[in-house]
Amino acid sequence: MSELVRPEASATRQTGAAIGRAIRGFVEANRAPLGALAVFGVMMAVFLAANPRVFSEWNIYRSVLTTLPVALFLVVPLVFVVTVGEIDLSFPATMGFAAWIFAVVVHAGFSPYLGALAAIFTGMFLGLVVGSVVVYFNLSSLVATLGMNFVLRGVIQIANEGMPIALTSLRESSLRTVFASPVLGVPAQSLWALAFVIFAALLFNRHRFGVQVKIVGDNPDSARQMGIDVNWVRVKTFIFVGLGAALAGIVSTLINFTWWPTAGEGYFLPVLASVFVGGTPTWGGVGTVVGGAIGALTVSFIQTGVIGAGLSGFYVQFFDGVIIILSLIGHRWNQARYR
Amino acid sequence: MAERIVELCNISKLFGRICALSGISLGIETGEVVGLIGDNGAGKSTLIKILAGVVQPTSGEILVRGGPVTGWNAARSRNAGIETVFQDRALAMQQSVVRNIFMGRELAGRFGWLKLGREMREAERLMQEIGFTSKLLSPRSIVGQLSGGERQGVAIARAIYNEAELIILDEPTAALSLIETDKVFRFVRQVKASGRSVLFIGHNIHHVYDVADRFIVLDRGQVALEASRADLPSAEALITLMEELARPPRGLVPSFAHAEQSQ
Ligand SMILES: Nc1ncnc2c1ncn2[C@@H]1O[C@H](COP(=O)(O)OP(=O)(O)OP(=O)(O)O)[C@@H](O)[C@H]1O
Ligand SMILES: [Mg+2]
Repeated sequence: MSELVRPEASATRQTGAAIGRAIRGFVEANRAPLGALAVFGVMMAVFLAANPRVFSEWNIYRSVLTTLPVALFLVVPLVFVVTVGEIDLSFPATMGFAAWIFAVVVHAGFSPYLGALAAIFTGMFLGLVVGSVVVYFNLSSLVATLGMNFVLRGVIQIANEGMPIALTSLRESSLRTVFASPVLGVPAQSLWALAFVIFAALLFNRHRFGVQVKIVGDNPDSARQMGIDVNWVRVKTFIFVGLGAALAGIVSTLINFTWWPTAGEGYFLPVLASVFVGGTPTWGGVGTVVGGAIGALTVSFIQTGVIGAGLSGFYVQFFDGVIIILSLIGHRWNQARYR
Repeated sequence: MAERIVELCNISKLFGRICALSGISLGIETGEVVGLIGDNGAGKSTLIKILAGVVQPTSGEILVRGGPVTGWNAARSRNAGIETVFQDRALAMQQSVVRNIFMGRELAGRFGWLKLGREMREAERLMQEIGFTSKLLSPRSIVGQLSGGERQGVAIARAIYNEAELIILDEPTAALSLIETDKVFRFVRQVKASGRSVLFIGHNIHHVYDVADRFIVLDRGQVALEASRADLPSAEALITLMEELARPPRGLVPSFAHAEQSQ
């Protein structure tokens, strides 16, 4: 057959086949994030059909873009922790704790930049402590990090006795201008969060740290036999969560000009759900940063979408649950597990 | 005498109350192929795991190129030029072939960013070398989707990448077809021809006899016999010797039952 085809025609056929192969390869390599994107697309289509007017206005998207970044700073490092085969439930308190340090430094009259630096240091240090406790004492991270969450929140409550810290000076600070004020109608924090997601996705797929996280989560014994410092890789994922939690705490304080002793608590379940809605499985070894970001997008649109679609706020939790369950079923069908 | 790459001096290993190895002393010289044989549970895998730095001995000393080592672990063992194909293959099933080949040895530039292009090219070359010619297999294939023999190939590819001076193969031919087994033997001879050493564990005495220059027989955690190929005219001679060892103890090889009673 092929000799009957004119040369130029066969050349185009070949490039066509090559493009087809490339697309198939891309889909095969990105099943999880594409699945998460499909869930998001279907959900938005339903909302749009329910109330075309509300969902074609920019306002609704801007309100999501104000709070979504905080969730992104938390979701992305959690993908690393889940992929390495652990879980970190102490991130809400770590976020509150780091934000507290930020608030204390700023309230004392120091530069907000110094406060941010102190908060980041605090977050990473807490991550190191939480991670070391879990890894080196060989504890169940599910229970131990839950315990650490209570301990850290308890320290915050004891020290502050429920009192918030008002930070009116932040309103004029350049830190806020750079990190949390609108740029051409888009909240700046969403651009920073996007940069964070891209950086983390590169770290996950093209950096030694990311690939070792996957190998350790996949088969820790093999990783150890090949000379990988399994425990230190695990601890590093907890430090990364501490960094993300600190950034989330700083941004949320910059948005509100006030630090609350409960800071971070509201993110606990939505952020956790986002990781799995995004397509990272619970069993470790594989995960997707971009999927996690899309999961966060999906979860933060549920509330806005349900109310925008004209339903009462009482429906929000119900739809949260429906989306979580449907996503899990979809990912289960979409991804095979190899062992 | 040729240089000894690695040497075990009076190594013992206890797992709780189980004595897996007791008083093992042996060395591996440059350019030789050593066959390690013994019954199931004799302690062969435990011994090579000690060489690989994966298992810490309870007592005894490890010498690398004549010098004692401290803090011996898997990373140090690999850095010292020892690569191991473990009995369980030590693969990460959900990762690609290239990730498994470079496991713990990722090709990265400064700041740890991977050189993915180079890794792919090297992986492709290695796969050719060990005879992965199927078009369906690429360095991107997920190891969990490969056949048992192909997985074994990945583990071997990982061991040969570094041109290690000592390659340890723990039952590399288990589950392989005749053709694949031949490939492994050809590979062992290549390594020897290039002046490097192999420690080969196998249950098929004929296979081990064919490929090794020297034999070490382990029996219940002890070296029961060391013989060079020159001492043994045929595989049958080796088998006869081993059968003698397997007979009830006659004081020649003290069993653990005896050892425990005498304590
Ligand atoms: N991690 C461990 N914990 C407890 N006992 C162990 C452990 N590893 C090995 N053993 C014991 O040590 C002894 C030697 O085991 P090893 O795996 O070295 O044998 P082997 O010679 O490789 O056997 P095979 O030919 O079946 O692979 C066995 O009795 C085994 O039960
Ligand atoms: Mg064994």
